[in-house]
Amino acid sequence: MTTTDERAVRAEHDREAALATLAVVRRKRLSRRLVVTIGLVVVAVAACLAALSVGDLTVSPLQVLLTLTGGGDDVSRLVLLEFRLPRLAVDLSVGVAFGLAGAMFQSVLRNPLASPDIIGVSQGASVGAVAVLLVAGVSGPLVPVGALVGAAAVAGLNLALAWRGGVSGYRFVLCGIALAFVASSILNYFLTRTDSRAAQGALTWIAGSTISATYADFWPVLVVVVVLLPAVLWLDRRLGLLEMGDQTAEALGVSALRTRLVAVLCGVVLAAVATAAAGPVAFVALISGPVARRLAGDGHPALPQAALVGMSLMALADLAAQYVLPDAQVPVGIVTGIIGGPYLVWLLATGSRRRSA
Amino acid sequence: MSATDTVAARDGAEVPSLVAHGVSLAYDKQRIVHELDLDIEPGQVTVIVGGNGCGKSTLLKGLGRLLRPDGGRVELGEQDITTMSSRAVAVLLGLLPQSPIAPEGITVGDLVARGRYPHQGMFTRHSSTDDQIVAQALADTGTADLADRRVEELSGGQRQRVWIAMALAQQPKVLLLDEPTTYLDVCHQVELLDLLADLNQRTGTTVVMVLHDLNLAARYADRLVVMRQGRLLCQGTPRDVLTPATLQEAFGLEALVVDDPVTGDPMMVPVSSRRRPRS
Ligand SMILES: Nc1ncnc2c1ncn2[C@@H]1O[C@H](COP(=O)(O)OP(=O)(O)O)[C@@H](O)[C@H]1O
Ligand SMILES: [Mg+2]
Repeated sequence: MTTTDERAVRAEHDREAALATLAVVRRKRLSRRLVVTIGLVVVAVAACLAALSVGDLTVSPLQVLLTLTGGGDDVSRLVLLEFRLPRLAVDLSVGVAFGLAGAMFQSVLRNPLASPDIIGVSQGASVGAVAVLLVAGVSGPLVPVGALVGAAAVAGLNLALAWRGGVSGYRFVLCGIALAFVASSILNYFLTRTDSRAAQGALTWIAGSTISATYADFWPVLVVVVVLLPAVLWLDRRLGLLEMGDQTAEALGVSALRTRLVAVLCGVVLAAVATAAAGPVAFVALISGPVARRLAGDGHPALPQAALVGMSLMALADLAAQYVLPDAQVPVGIVTGIIGGPYLVWLLATGSRRRSA
Repeated sequence: MSATDTVAARDGAEVPSLVAHGVSLAYDKQRIVHELDLDIEPGQVTVIVGGNGCGKSTLLKGLGRLLRPDGGRVELGEQDITTMSSRAVAVLLGLLPQSPIAPEGITVGDLVARGRYPHQGMFTRHSSTDDQIVAQALADTGTADLADRRVEELSGGQRQRVWIAMALAQQPKVLLLDEPTTYLDVCHQVELLDLLADLNQRTGTTVVMVLHDLNLAARYADRLVVMRQGRLLCQGTPRDVLTPATLQEAFGLEALVVDDPVTGDPMMVPVSSRRRPRS
């Protein structure tokens, strides 16, 4: 009898202890998330201010704020509102779209390599966009549509090739890498078949560039991001559960197929419109998710944080792209490529070790 | 046992039945389970045994709606399980697969709390009731002192108990477990099975599990289900089922069946041609 009583007392004690620890665990997790999110917002705002201030004409941050709120002198109005702001808007929206798309693909395929720029989605979007630009010879709102068609075609083909009564992340990534090469070849074919001046413009675009960005590039991305926001919030929690394996997620009431479908669809659309706006800017999609995850550090996909990382990354990289060389701008994709290349090497070098552990 | 009231405090609805009617299960058209009929008794502990690769996990997946039947149907509470939403199933039925994945960096407390997911709405996050239930699940599985540790830092046995805690936090009325004692040392195996037996007694939760250890299966099962090559070989009480003839048929094993000196349940002792009584 005493042993039963003792056990009951111990169980009660354990439960109280667990309750206390749980509260601490949750508080720690949420406060870290909060700090990380605020930190990322601060970085993003600082990046924006820097992007608007720095240039041939330096506009002081105070002057920037004045101008944005309707004041300021004519020169800074012209420089900011006509040139720097549209470019920054494109950078930010494209960063958000790529950041989200990358984080979603990586989560849903459980593979840090699975970002749209590695698995052919961005390349497909490029083919679609370039086909519209060069072959059909039109620009404007048809470009994002072309990009969407190209991205969806590659993703759909990939799905068909990798499908075995379900999708394994590994096979999807491998097929995607192969399709990325195919898409790149088609792209090169288009370029060699068109006259050099048009091809030159397309080449800059393919490197990923916001040099000639206007609000016309920005609006489609913004609209898509805003429209998909509910889906992103819907996915944030489900993707976390799906990472425990399809079966565990299903057992907890998450439909694996539907979640995966929504995530892939959102990822394709986001990557496509971002690519249409700024070209296939390398590595932003690849890096943002893992950086956000590592910062949040709690095993959740951290989609909002990935969007913030993507945003800052694009703004800062584009700033560097404008001013690293003394008298020429480089496409932003070259800067992100220089940042992303070593990261990819590091990922490949350490990835297999961690997977086998 | 006032400490266990929170887990026992269910909404009073009765435990649903779980029945397989001529269920066939296949991967890529390759049939693994063939037209199997099985009536899981509500409120009982059913243990599925059988040789490696005979389809135990596959059957469990079929019963838990993780695999769509290739023929026949599974009914949960007299409703075809494929017509129910994932969430509707998850509220009633929990399933712990053989190899779940812990996301990198997640803490034990956080992982176990995910078991509450099917009970939460789109916007309602953790309530204090959820916390109570999660704490209870942690305490019941002896993982309370691990709550702030990262899952990847744990030993296999500790991790296994954490997953069980997550399944308990789900508070399903029917709980399916695929080899829950894997990775556990003997002491923790018995503790875990005691815990499940206790849960079954206290709350009437139906427990269905795959076990490898036939003697533990005989001790803890109300009903024993023996499978061979995707079919039901026999089922019944451990006393009826665990016989030398069945062991020969199901496992190709020559064995004696004696009485378990502790509980009086049947207990099998394999006969080996290599090892003879020591002189
Ligand atoms: N996901 C799968 N795809 C294809 N075949 C599978 C899969 N899972 C299991 N099998 C096959 O089904 C058979 C039964 O497997 P399983 O149900 O896991 O057996 P048990 O759990 O009884 O050891 C095995 O031959 C196995 O190879
Ligand atoms: Mg198995």
